[in-house]
Amino acid sequence: MIELRNIRKSFGPREVLKNISLKVNEGDVIAILGPSGSGKTTLLRCISFLTTADGGEIVFDGELFRANHSSRKDILRYRKKIGFVFQDYQLFANKTALHNVTLGLTVGRKMPKTEADDIGKKALEKVGMLEWSDSYPSQLSGGQQQRVSIARAIALNPSVILFDEPTSALDPKLTGEVLDVMKRLADEGTTMIVVTHEMEFARRVADRVVFMEDGLVVEENTAEEFFANPKDPRSVDFLRGIQRGVSQAD
Amino acid sequence: MDARILNELVDSFWKLLIPGIRVTIPLTLLSFSIGLCIALAVALVQVAHIQVLKQAARFYVWIIRGTPMIVQLFVVYFGLPSIGLTLPAFPCAVIVFSLSVGAYCSETVRAAIESVPPGQLEAGYCVGMTFTQTMRHVIIPQALTTAFPPLSNSLIGLVKDTSLAYSVAIVEILATAQRIAARTYDYFWLYCEAGLIYLIFCTFLTWLQRKMEKRLERKR
Ligand SMILES: Nc1ncnc2c1ncn2[C@@H]1O[C@H](COP(=O)(O)OP(=O)(O)OP(=O)(O)O)[C@@H](O)[C@H]1O
Ligand SMILES: [Mg+2]
Repeated sequence: MIELRNIRKSFGPREVLKNISLKVNEGDVIAILGPSGSGKTTLLRCISFLTTADGGEIVFDGELFRANHSSRKDILRYRKKIGFVFQDYQLFANKTALHNVTLGLTVGRKMPKTEADDIGKKALEKVGMLEWSDSYPSQLSGGQQQRVSIARAIALNPSVILFDEPTSALDPKLTGEVLDVMKRLADEGTTMIVVTHEMEFARRVADRVVFMEDGLVVEENTAEEFFANPKDPRSVDFLRGIQRGVSQAD
Repeated sequence: MDARILNELVDSFWKLLIPGIRVTIPLTLLSFSIGLCIALAVALVQVAHIQVLKQAARFYVWIIRGTPMIVQLFVVYFGLPSIGLTLPAFPCAVIVFSLSVGAYCSETVRAAIESVPPGQLEAGYCVGMTFTQTMRHVIIPQALTTAFPPLSNSLIGLVKDTSLAYSVAIVEILATAQRIAARTYDYFWLYCEAGLIYLIFCTFLTWLQRKMEKRLERKR
């Protein structure tokens, strides 16, 4: 359904993405793991055209988009098929929770307000935030804001939702409520690409794991295999490092 | 201050208030509204990086900020007729005041737009909105909330600056005071009273500003 071909990106002399190729099928939940600075965020930003890649192609539902120069019109059309959940939520600060969810419908897609409100309320209900419809982002906790931002993404009925470390700005208690929502979405068959440091989530919810290091996909595997029998020595190191972190925390 | 002067001042209070309401307030509101539109346009041209317009905008701000308003008024009202363009005084004043508000407030608005986190624009893109749509529904409303206090100050400043219109034969508060005093010779008291009218207008605006700020704050 979405296929990345040789996505490249450098910042100055630094090659951040080195020919990344990846295939995502409908209903897949893909966890992208990797150490800090490996290029995970940059990859998601290139997929959503927030950052313009230096080269490569994206095939989306059979249509080819050039990652480095697609027209503004093509990008706009393309973006309507994706949802993005930011690490720091980025809810529209001047809009209530409900308006945050419906703005893309009423403005971006010119949908009548009543219809959009219906969809918006359903989306908020799905993430357990319906009773907060009229609250402004500043009145919500981080976890609540992130749930609203997930509602904002699903209300647009995208083909795929990209998550960039959706829980890393949250304390453990709030992390749980967001991960629960994401798990539910995954169970419903939503196609998701999730950059995460939550190994438990990757292990239990993801179908496949993409392990990145230094701008390369080092290993791509089923989640089960990746955690049980990682193939690449760098994956082994990474997992061992995390295990050590966990046992230290205990 | 004897009874005669007191009587005269009570009498002239209304005579000063009326041009205040008929001239000063419309001149202020009209110039400020137009000026705000100019400011927004100039700011947007700068944040959207439209090269040619950006240069033009800079040039405009440079000219307006670098020359006294009274000189601008003279150029437009007394100067333009000599090159064949004669405008009535009121439109002349509106043009000069609007351009002034536009230049000064454009910097305020630009800074406010730039203070909105860039992630807000990206979030707008990711829900399928264009740059213009996101600006209109997300960025500019937030920027105007931020810019509200400095813009209010500019509005209050403009109320007082409209007294410069006196110099191009517009009969506003100050000109009226001058006319009455020319008859009675109570210059001291009448100019004080003119000042009092401005003080009343500005006090009202300050009160309004506080109220609005509280309302805006509740949304944050
Ligand atoms: N706008 C930018 N300009 C210059 N360098 C950048 C920019 N964005 C990212 N980089 C660099 O690219 C590299 C990859 O960054 P990226 O944010 O994609 O990593 P990441 O895998 O998401 O890391 P983390 O787990 O810390 O979020 C880093 O070395 C970073 O410094
Ligand atoms: Mg990152």
